[in-house]
Amino acid sequence: MAKIKFTAALKRFFPNLEELEIDGNTVAEVIQATEVKYPGISGYLLDERGAVRQHMNIFVRGELIEDRETLQDALAEHDEIVIFQALSGG
Amino acid sequence: MPQKLLVGTTKGLVVFEKMNQQWQVQQTHFLGMPVSIIYVNELTNTWWAGITHHHWGQKLHYSTDEGQTWLSVPPPSYPLAAQMASGKPATLKKIWSIQHGGKDYPNRLWVGTEPGGLFVSEDNGQHFELVNALWNHPSRMNQLEWFGTGRSEPFIHSIVVNPTNNNQVYIAVSCAGIFETTDSGKHWQPRNKGLIAAYLPNPNAEIGHDPHRLFACATNPDVLWQQNHCGIFRSIDGAKTWKDISDKNGIANYGFALAIDHQDDKKAWVVPAVSDELRIAPNQALSVCRTVDGGQTWQTLNNGLPQENCFDIVFRHALAIHKNTLAFGTTTGNLYLSENNGDEWICLSHHLARIDYVSFTQPI
Repeated sequence: MAKIKFTAALKRFFPNLEELEIDGNTVAEVIQATEVKYPGISGYLLDERGAVRQHMNIFVRGELIEDRETLQDALAEHDEIVIFQALSGG
Repeated sequence: MPQKLLVGTTKGLVVFEKMNQQWQVQQTHFLGMPVSIIYVNELTNTWWAGITHHHWGQKLHYSTDEGQTWLSVPPPSYPLAAQMASGKPATLKKIWSIQHGGKDYPNRLWVGTEPGGLFVSEDNGQHFELVNALWNHPSRMNQLEWFGTGRSEPFIHSIVVNPTNNNQVYIAVSCAGIFETTDSGKHWQPRNKGLIAAYLPNPNAEIGHDPHRLFACATNPDVLWQQNHCGIFRSIDGAKTWKDISDKNGIANYGFALAIDHQDDKKAWVVPAVSDELRIAPNQALSVCRTVDGGQTWQTLNNGLPQENCFDIVFRHALAIHKNTLAFGTTTGNLYLSENNGDEWICLSHHLARIDYVSFTQPI
């Protein structure tokens, strides 16, 4: 069971979004399970090919995932996944 | 329904309405979000709004009650096998244009996108399919014929459906040029004869042109106008040939925006800019130019517009017309309106965010 945390910025589009505990062997499986609970959310994180959007970051165990194209990074029990957008300034 | 003015800015969709003889802000939708396209489908009384999020990608929303409520639909999606000319996978970057299919196809929507795909929906935007005949046109994979300008990839920013023959559709691609289909998208032909591509080794190349905006006169669809990177052009034969109608001695030459009179095929407006390296208003004075004789002569209109220290540029979708009323928004967040064909202008706001799109709710 992995724990998944989301950037607060996604609350604008998914007001009920909360931390989840989800079963999954890979990041891709966890995102698919998240989509079931919050329909449409994967389109905010991934493009139509299933790759991570350019200005999105996904961390596992504090490290950026390696496979941004197919999200096959393996997960272990109790891993924490953090989804965050790149920051911009002015 | 009263006439409204929809203004798409980088920080939201601002709705103006004329109340007590004054245009005032009625409501703002999508506050803080980059509203990059607005389209009012008069056949279905639907407002469409596209938001090009920096982080979350392109989203598409619509309202059938003038913005009281909004619904979302999945935006057009490129097939997994779709590739750009560079060999990279094609993914949706931005929706640039939406156009209904005409009265013969009341459920049809055409959508022009970056990186160069045209999509069609036959169920009022609930689902979209890539128009393969255009995507597979042999010119698209030639990087000397289809390429980005100001953007990394080509994009389809104008779609014109002939109101008397809805199977005939023109699109404008920056950069590639004008393409025409006469069978609802099954076959496409370039229509760029007479255009100039001064930035190419062969300025008279068949493909590789940079139209900035394209319209056809609704009451005489054989007359088409385009503001192009290399001047202003007009066709009187259904885009088979184009004639340069730029003002060689004036400022009506380079620019992005264009409006035409759909009752008078000789009347049009442009908002000139300085090409290419400055991208400011000519002489730092904001002006609109109008022709009433098919481009033989141009008149500069600046009554009510700032004439010094002006940096405003008007993007291709930021000029709109309804009968005698014109409105345009600028890159510096200024919004101007004229109710007498451009003779006099009033400022509706000096402090909006950058304006990308302006549309009246009664378009023609």
